[in-house]
Order: sequence, then structure tokens, then C-alpha cells
Amino acid sequence: MLSAIIALSILAAVFGLLLGYAAIRFKVKSDPMVDKIDALLPQTQCGQCTYPGCRPYAQAIANGEADINQCPPGGETTIIALADLLGRDPKPLNAENGVQENVKTVAVIDEKICIGCTLCIQACPVDAILGAAKQMHTVIASECTGCELCLPPCPVDCIEMVPVGTDINNWKWPFPEETDQQEKTA
Amino acid sequence: MRRLFQFHGGVHLKEHKKDAMSQPVQAARMPKQLVLPLQQHIGAPAEAIVTAGDKVSKGQLIARPGSAISAPVHASSSGTVAAISEHPVSHPSHLNAPCIIIDTDGEDRWCTDRHPVANYHELPPEKIREHIRDAGIVGMGGAGFPAHIKLNPDDHVVDTLILNGAECEPYITCDEMLLRERALEVIAGLRIMRYALQAKRCIIGIENNKAVAFHVLQEQVRNTGADFIEVIQVPTVYPTGGEKQLIRVLTGKEVPAGGLPLDIGVVCHNVGTAYAVYRAIELAEPLISRYVTIAGSVAHARNLEVLIGTPVIDLIEECGGNRNTLSRVILGGPMMGTALHNVTAPVTKTTNCILVNSTVGDVPLPSRDKHAMPCIRCGNCAIACPIDLLPQQLYWYARAKDFDKVQDYHLFDCIECGCCDYVCPSQIPLVHYFRYAKTEIWAQQHEKTLADIARERHQFREQRLERDKREKQERHKKKRAALKPAGNAASKEDEAKKAAIQAAMDRAKTKRESNGIEPKNTQSLTAEQQQKINEADARRAELKNSPTNKQDVQRDLLQDNNP
Repeated sequence: MLSAIIALSILAAVFGLLLGYAAIRFKVKSDPMVDKIDALLPQTQCGQCTYPGCRPYAQAIANGEADINQCPPGGETTIIALADLLGRDPKPLNAENGVQENVKTVAVIDEKICIGCTLCIQACPVDAILGAAKQMHTVIASECTGCELCLPPCPVDCIEMVPVGTDINNWKWPFPEETDQQEKTA
Repeated sequence: MRRLFQFHGGVHLKEHKKDAMSQPVQAARMPKQLVLPLQQHIGAPAEAIVTAGDKVSKGQLIARPGSAISAPVHASSSGTVAAISEHPVSHPSHLNAPCIIIDTDGEDRWCTDRHPVANYHELPPEKIREHIRDAGIVGMGGAGFPAHIKLNPDDHVVDTLILNGAECEPYITCDEMLLRERALEVIAGLRIMRYALQAKRCIIGIENNKAVAFHVLQEQVRNTGADFIEVIQVPTVYPTGGEKQLIRVLTGKEVPAGGLPLDIGVVCHNVGTAYAVYRAIELAEPLISRYVTIAGSVAHARNLEVLIGTPVIDLIEECGGNRNTLSRVILGGPMMGTALHNVTAPVTKTTNCILVNSTVGDVPLPSRDKHAMPCIRCGNCAIACPIDLLPQQLYWYARAKDFDKVQDYHLFDCIECGCCDYVCPSQIPLVHYFRYAKTEIWAQQHEKTLADIARERHQFREQRLERDKREKQERHKKKRAALKPAGNAASKEDEAKKAAIQAAMDRAKTKRESNGIEPKNTQSLTAEQQQKINEADARRAELKNSPTNKQDVQRDLLQDNNP
């Protein structure tokens, strides 16, 4: 009896120490869940989810503060991916955060109107606007995420969102059945 | 006799090749206008180096490669650049692409700056590859991969260089005609390619339905005494002309999934590419023309030597086709070709065949674009698939848009040969589904890379802002620290000033007291002045007591302004 209690106590103590050591030795600094969620978000950094960027939103989802349906640029695809990752049921996009735009857009500055105030440069979350005080600004189209954060600060309303056109390089084959239906209706 | 191997599946197709081979190949008529797309190859588009109005001569460089994987474009004939603009091209999207449009002058005047290589053995292989790159040569079998890259052994030992003359699609005969008429030049090109690759041996693979070409080639190989070249007949099964299939048949080796033939010591080129290499090296002629089959509903089906950039409609009319009765024109073969939406689209470096359908006599084509019925899971597609894939599974997952699963079933090993389409009893456009899934997956991957870039830039920006803030604080701290010792000195000065002021005040006081002078402005007021002061005091008191204070007044004013 006594020997059994002692043996179990020693075992408990040994495993306790082992686990305690492992917890310190193999400590994961950042929350891997946040990274995983962040990887699924579209990184537009637009703030439509009410958080100041994609990573804070990922943090909020991981902490259970935010729902998974608050990202309009990601839309349905992102919601389904998040639902998969977190083992939740997908739900429709929260209309309060905005609607999903089907067409990808980029900001274009009308260089004739731009007064070089640098306000849009300060607003851009990905440093996609090039310029300096009293110098004309321009958007680096390949870096623009289409978040529209540069629109409100512009004092002369010279920024416009222009849809990215389809060319031979980014054209996609249509879904076969959809074309069939189109032909039938036509 | 060499032992041949088999690949899985494949289909036997009716050939329809006789018609177009009845006449020898001629040069096509000079078109009035040449349309040269900047992208005729896999890789980055070329960049135009001419502008509208420039005079160009035949063979002149008009667009340089856009990146390492790219190919230049040369003027196919002499003339004037009319425009660099969007023009219809052969593409399933039916979209226009940037092209250099040249009005020909009919003189066909060669540019003078040409340097043929007299003896290629004297140049190192890199130089040969440079020449081939500068000649704008791309794979002429259909894919259009820049040839100089495929001629770089890149630390691998190339055991076998295969020249692909299988030409397995129905109707197409341009490679066969090339082998019949230009066998010597093709062999010369093959020797140069072998030198560039430092390959041990060469095999020319021809389907066994091309007896004439086979015999001509065999004789020429014997005559030139090139004992390292073997000419081998392979069974006529579609798609033997596929790179991986031909390698399998000739060597028994299988190209690993996602790998290159180079990984197993094999390189495969089209016979047309060998001919182009010969002309580039020995004649210093860049790739400006190619053999094209015009077949189908035309009066005289035949092969023509066509300048790159010639509009398709010109060739159809030259072969007796009627512009008004065209129903469907396909560039390439019936199995893998692309239907043209606009017949003014040009012949490019990769166009091997123009297959004409007209409303008067339709060409019998394998089943395509008919009404699809439900899959009955017969498994014929899996039997026919030359890659040993499961097209049926791929179809289900592509239809369900399950892009992870579809990749688990090796979607990206599909060569889009169309065998599964051809055998499907329900006439399901399987390849269309696979292409749809492929482009969707590519788009998703592209978006993912863009998101990664955006994340990186955002994080960098946050770090920068953080750093700026820190630096600003440090600067302020330094400034304050720098001000402190100066502050002590200042206080001494202040004290001195205060003392001076105090002294002045004291002086004034003693002066006032000694003189007895007092200010008089509030005393001995006139009655009028006193009354005004009283009135002002009364107003002040009234304002203080009244319930509407200043803020209320302001608010009322605001509300009046903004109803």
C-alpha cells in the first residue's frame, strides 16, 4: 500500500518536473493560431472588420472577441476557410462590415488634380503610394490592395478606384456549366 | 532494332492527313499587313523597341525579351510600323493582345546586320544558345517555350536528345512536309542542338504512318554519316507526339510528376525547332517564318511556308476558302487546338495548323461542345488517359470546386490532350473543367503571393512608424538634455533681469512718492463719463444673471445655420 503510494507520488513528481521543464524549454512565443488565421486573411489591411488591420482581426478571432464573418474583401472564400480552420459553421458575411466587391480594384491618383499633401501616403497601410510634400503622388498599382483607405483623407478627391481589367495573362477559364447556361439563355 | 515501350491509354483517331500533302510546300503570298504579337511564347512578353512610323527591314529586331524567360520578336518582312496596339490573337479568352503591326512594302528587303556562324564547333555552347535566343526561337510544336532555355543542360548530363516528329493530331502535316523537303537542314539543326546540349545520342521519333518522311530522313542520316542519330518509327497512337509520351515510348523512362525531362537525362525538341536553329546559326535568319498546314473546308488543302504575323484569313483565302461561309476556324489540331473568334488573328511561332470549318461542308471532328449528359462512371476516361490519371475523379472535384482534392489527384500532370473528352459517352467537356480548375488555382496562388507581399509591406510599415516614433522621442530627450545646462545660465540672466525690473519699480515708487503724483484717469470724471460706466456695469450684471449663457447662444446660432 505505502510502497504503491510512494511509487505513484514519485512518478507524479517526475512527470510534473518533466512537463514543467518542457513548458519552459519549448515555449511558443507567438500564438500559432493567430498566424494561421492571419495567413487566411486577404491582407488588404482595410479595417472594415473594425480592427486596425488583418493581424489585429486575427488576434481578435483567436481570442474569441470577433466573429469570422467580418471580412468583406475575403468574402465567402475566407469565411469558409476560417470556418474550416476553427471547426465552426460558416455563416454569411456580416452586412455591417460591408459588402464583398466582386471586382478587384486599385487606387489611381489623378495627377492633374493632386496637390501633393501626403495625406494619402500616411493613410496607405502597405506603403503603395509614392510621393513627397508638394510633389505629385502616384500609386504603385502592383502593391495596391484596393483597401480604399486613401480616399477619405484626400482633400481634393483626386483618387479613384479603378477595376483591374482582365487580360490574356490573368484570364480564367469560365466554369463549363455556366457557359452552357449562358448559351441556352442567349 | 530498338525496343519500344508503350504509354498507358491513348486513342486511335482518323488521320485526315492525305489532302494537305498532295502539293509541295510553297511560300505563302506576302500579306499587306503583318501582325506580330509581343507574346508568342511562354514567359514574359517581349518589349517593343520600335515606334509607329519606323521603317523596318526583314529580320530586324523589333521587340526584345522582357525577362530571362522570354523571346525577342523580329520583323517578318520589310515595311513600316503602322501601330503598336491591341489586336485579336488566337487565345481561348477571345481577348486582344498587344501586337506590332507592320505595313509591308513588298520589297522583302533583308536587314544588313546579320552574322552567320561559319563553324559552330568553334563557339562555346553558351554562345550558340545566345545566338538561338537572339533569333527568337521557341518550341514550335505548340507550347512555345523559349528554345535556348531547353538547350541548356544546366549541370545535367544529357543522355538522349529526342527530335519529335510524331505529329499525332489529325489533319496536321507541317512537320511531315518539313521532314520530307528539308531533311538535311533538320539534321544540321539537330547537330547544332546536340552540340549546345553536349548530348550523347540523338533520336528522331516519327509515327509509322509517315513512311515517306521516314525513308527520306533515314537516307539523309546515312548520307551525312551521323552515326549518333537514330531515326525510329513509333506506333500511331494519339498522343504519341506529347513530349512525355514520346520519351516514354522511345526510352521507357517516365518524366517525374512536376519534373522536367532533363531530370532523367532527356531533352525533347520539335523538328521545326531544329530547322529554325539551323537557319538561325548557319544563315543568320531569325525565326520569321514557319510551315503551316491549312486543312478542312478549303478548296486546296496544303502546307505553306508562312511569314509569322500573316493574318489567318489571308491563308484561308489563298487556299480557296470562302470568307463568307466560315463557321469555325481552329488554330492547331482538332484535339488540342483553339477556336478562333476573329480570323484576322495572325499566325504565330507556335501555329502549326489552320483547320477550317464552313457552313457548306463541316469537317468531321471528335466530339466536342455538344450537350453534356451526366457522368455514368463508366471509367472510359481513365482507360484512355495517357498520364494514368483518374479524369472522372478530377471532374467531380473540379465541378465541386474542391481545389485541394483536385490537386491530390494530380491535376497539374494533365496535359489537356483531350483523350478523355473524346471517349466520354456522356460528352462531358472534361478538359474544360480541368482548365477551369487550373486557372482558378493559379489565380488563388497569385492572390496568396499578393497577400503575402501586402502583409510584409504592412509589417514593415508598422515597424517603420514604430521606429520613427522612437527616434523622435530620443531626439526630444536629447534636446531637453541639451537644454538643461543652458537653463541654469538662463535663470541667472532671469534673476539679473528681475533685479533690474525690481530696481526700476522701486525707483518709480520713490519718485512717485517724492513727487506726490497720482494717476487721474478714474477720478474727476465728467457726468457723461460716469453715466457710461454705470450703463456698462448694468449690462454686465444683466448678462451674468440672465439664464442664457454664452454657450447656449452659440448653440442656438449653430442650429439656426444648420437646420
